[in-house]
Amino acid sequence: MGLLSKKDSKLILDPLADNNPITIQVLGICSALAITAQLKPSIVMAISVIFVLGVGNVVISLMRNIIPSKIRIIVQLIVVATLVIIVDQVLKAFAYTLSKELSVFIGLIITNCIIMGRFEAFALGNGPWKSFLDGIGNALGYGVILIIVGFFRELFGSGTLFGLKVLGDSVEKTGLYAIGYENNGFMVLPPMALIVVGIIIWVQRSKNKALIEEN
Amino acid sequence: MEHVELFFKSVFVDNMVFAYFLGMCSYLAVSKKVSTAVGLGAAVIFVLTVTVPLNWLLDQYILQEGALSWLGAEYADYDLSFLSFILFIATIATMVQLVEIVVERFSPSLYNSLGIFLPLIAVNCAILGGSLFMQSREIETFGLALNYGFSSGIGWFLAILAIAAIREKIRYSNVPAPLRGLGITFIITGLMAIGFMSFGGMLTGGDEAAETPEGGSAQVETLSEETSKELAQNETQEVSEITPK
Repeated sequence: MGLLSKKDSKLILDPLADNNPITIQVLGICSALAITAQLKPSIVMAISVIFVLGVGNVVISLMRNIIPSKIRIIVQLIVVATLVIIVDQVLKAFAYTLSKELSVFIGLIITNCIIMGRFEAFALGNGPWKSFLDGIGNALGYGVILIIVGFFRELFGSGTLFGLKVLGDSVEKTGLYAIGYENNGFMVLPPMALIVVGIIIWVQRSKNKALIEEN
Repeated sequence: MEHVELFFKSVFVDNMVFAYFLGMCSYLAVSKKVSTAVGLGAAVIFVLTVTVPLNWLLDQYILQEGALSWLGAEYADYDLSFLSFILFIATIATMVQLVEIVVERFSPSLYNSLGIFLPLIAVNCAILGGSLFMQSREIETFGLALNYGFSSGIGWFLAILAIAAIREKIRYSNVPAPLRGLGITFIITGLMAIGFMSFGGMLTGGDEAAETPEGGSAQVETLSEETSKELAQNETQEVSEITPK
């Protein structure tokens, strides 16, 4: 990365793996699980969070010296809520069916703990450019997990990716279905989201032993 | 009748944690001990019971399309529903602050047990989620909104109580190292969610068929306690079957 110094690129790359907001910091899980039955809503959600967290971090970082610390939570909530309203209105205007599908979960970005967590932990103490990178990095780390979960759930649950039938047609028995493959309908149901994330955590921690927790 | 149905639906079928994953962050972070889990659960019930009806009033009389008509005919065209996020979250943050102050003034002992958890609750997705679901499902009366807030709170309480009990037990079992802590909690929650899915058929009988005795609420209390115990036992069994691998 020629544009960024080593320290800056660390801000973006760290949250992608070793300091991932979902699997390590345990933040922002609510929305991560509910909308990942398909790949497309997962990507839309990831982009929305990247926008909200990137911009929000800059705004908070610019205001960090004038926010009285006693009411900072309310100020932060108002900033996030405003950004989320923008996202919501844009989605309603340009992708109405998708925004119906995501229903309340766009609104729940407001209480996504990643956002409040990054505001508190980073934006309140650092300059705008660094905060922007940190916001983008953490939102990307969140997005990566969302996309992995969405990918597996859609592939195994409905045999499609972005709605394209990559494994063949389950009704006409083409492709993999011709040799007796069946969709695992369970993957589409909510409980499997939790188990898939559990398995991601398992894989990640098996690779990097330093992350293992006490019981 | 309507009320009983809504109660069961929100506690079991549409359980905040197991069906919609709301409030997962605090659910995972504060479920290491039963006693703290009970404190947070009680605070969530309380705040949901207060904020959902309050936001219902806001929604009915300010935000909905045509809701401002009580001000006069010329206001009848306004549709302020795009403001609902910001108003709902402001109500919640204010109520949490207010509740904290009132509880501290009038019941110091309750404040000491809830105190640390109250500020956390402002950013608990379950609270905002309750209000947003109330809005999107178009709950009709104030009473039903109150009921919805209370029963969703109970559902959340039940979930965190069950997972905390299981996590206390699991400390003594030999979980594979990479799964320890967070990983196994996710998987257990998934298994519990599968268990809760079986409640899905509970309300399909329709209004006439749904039989409920007179002492509805008392019945519910015992029922929920029993099921959570049963659940806890089942889960620990299941888990111990899985873990040796």
